[in-house]
Amino acid sequence: MSSDQNILVKLNKAGFSLNNKWLVKGVSLQVEKGKIVTLIGPNGSGKSTTAKIALGIYKKIDGSVEKYTNKVGYVPQKISIDWTLPLRVNDFMVLTESLDEKTIDEALSLTGVIHLKDKNLGDLSGGEFQRVLLARAISKKPELLVLDEPVQGVDFTGEIALYELIKKISDELNCGILLISHDLHTVMSATDHVVCLNGHVCCSGSPMDVAKNNEYKALFGEQASQILSRYEHRHDHIHTSEGEIKKN
Amino acid sequence: MLDDFFIRALIAGIGVAIVTGPLGCFVVWRRLSYFGDTLAHSALLGVTLAYSMEFNIAFSVFIISSLIALILIQLQKRTNLPGDALLGLLAHSSLAVGLVVIGFLSFIRFDIMGLLFGDILAVTVDDLLIIWIGGALILLILKFIWKPLFASTVNYELAEAEGLNPDRAKAIFTILMAAIIAISIKMVGLLLITGMLIIPAAMARNISSSPQKMVIYSIIGGLLSVILGLFSSLEFNTASGPSIIAASLFLFILSLLNIKQSIKLKN
Repeated sequence: MSSDQNILVKLNKAGFSLNNKWLVKGVSLQVEKGKIVTLIGPNGSGKSTTAKIALGIYKKIDGSVEKYTNKVGYVPQKISIDWTLPLRVNDFMVLTESLDEKTIDEALSLTGVIHLKDKNLGDLSGGEFQRVLLARAISKKPELLVLDEPVQGVDFTGEIALYELIKKISDELNCGILLISHDLHTVMSATDHVVCLNGHVCCSGSPMDVAKNNEYKALFGEQASQILSRYEHRHDHIHTSEGEIKKN
Repeated sequence: MLDDFFIRALIAGIGVAIVTGPLGCFVVWRRLSYFGDTLAHSALLGVTLAYSMEFNIAFSVFIISSLIALILIQLQKRTNLPGDALLGLLAHSSLAVGLVVIGFLSFIRFDIMGLLFGDILAVTVDDLLIIWIGGALILLILKFIWKPLFASTVNYELAEAEGLNPDRAKAIFTILMAAIIAISIKMVGLLLITGMLIIPAAMARNISSSPQKMVIYSIIGGLLSVILGLFSSLEFNTASGPSIIAASLFLFILSLLNIKQSIKLKN
C-alpha cells in the first residue's frame, strides 16, 4: 500500500483514437518515484501517443489517467523553432519556469552544452539541440520526466553519457522517468520496467521477463533476444561501473 | 494642450504603438496576420452598429470582433475547410455585410475614408481615455498570460505537458486582439490596423536576438512610425493611417540593411 504514495502517473486501459483509428488502445502502466519505465516498440506502435496521454496533452481519451504531480519535465520527440522567433538557449531554458542563473548553468553543464548558452536555437546541430532539450527538462527538478527518444542524433559516446546522466538524475532527484527509446542495449541495462507496445501492450515486466517473452521475440526478432543475452553478459560490468560512479 | 487636434492624435498614436508592439510580435510569431485582418474587416460591421444604435464605437467594434473570433473557432471545429479559406470567408462577408448595412443607414453621414484609413481629426479626448485605459488593461493582461502564451508559441505540447494551460492563454489573446483593433481603429483605420501590428514587429525581428529585445524594438519602431507618420500627415495633408504605415515600411527597409550587413559579416 505504501507504494501507492509513490505513484506519479497511472494509466488505466488508456487509449486514443484519431479520425476513427486507434493509435493506441488499452494501455495500463504506472510510473513511480525513482523508477524508470521504458516504452519500446516498432514505429507507429503508439509510444509517443502513450507518453502524450500520460502527460495530459491528449484529453479525449478512452480509459483514464491519474496524474499525481504537476512538476513535469518533457522532452518531445520533435520540436521545430521558427526563424521568426529569436530564441537563444538561455531564453529556452526559462520557457515554462523561471530559474536562476546558477540552476541554468548547472543543467547545461550536466548535458555538456554550457558553451552554447548564448547561441541562437536555430544555429544548433541536432545533437546539440537534443542536449539543450534534456537540460531544460531536468533543470526545473521535476518529479516526473517524460523523455521521448532523448538522445536521437547525439554522438555515440554522448549517448552513453546521457543515458548514465538520466539514470543518475532518477536516483538523485528521486523522480520517475517515462522513457521512449529504440536503443534496446541501453534500455535493458538501466530500466526498472519495460512496456512493449504495438498498438496495445504486447508484454511488460522487468527487462529480463520481457526479453524471454515470445511476443517480444516475434516483434523484434530473434536478434533482439540475442542483444539481451549479450546484455546479460555485460550486466556485471555495467553494474560495477555504476557502483564506481556512485562512490565518486 | 489637449485642445489641439494634432497633440491629441500624437498622444493617441503613442498609446496605440506601445500596445501594438508586443501584440504584433505574437501576431508574427504565431502567424496570425490574416486572423488580424479578418477581425479588422469585421470592425466595419461594429462601427455601423455603433452608429445605428448610438453605441460607443470602440465598445461595439470590440464586441463584434470578439464574436467573429468565436465564430471562426466554431467553424474550425465543425468544417474541414482550410484555415485561410475560413478567414477569407469571414473577413469579406463581414466587410460586405457592414457595407450593406451602411447602405440602409442613409440618414447618417459616414466618413468611409476615415473609417478605412484613419482620421486624426476625429480623435477626441474620450478616445484618448479609451486608448490609454484600454491599452494599459491589454498590456496588464498580456503580462499575466505571457509565460503560457509564449511557451505555447514555441511548442504547444511542451506548454500543455508542463501544466501551463495554453488553451486559456490563446483564448485570452484572441480577446486582446479584438480589443487592440477596437481601440486603434480611429487612428489607423480598419484596412491598415494589421500593418501597424505586423510591420514594426517584422522590422524588430531583423535586428533582435531575443524575444524581449524584439518586443522592445517593436514598440520603439511603432512609436517612431506614429511620430514620423503623423508629422508628415500634417505636412502633406495625407490620411493619418497610410502615413503611419508608410513610415513603418521605411523603418522596415532600414532594418533590412542591417540584415545584409550581418550576412556579410558571417561570410
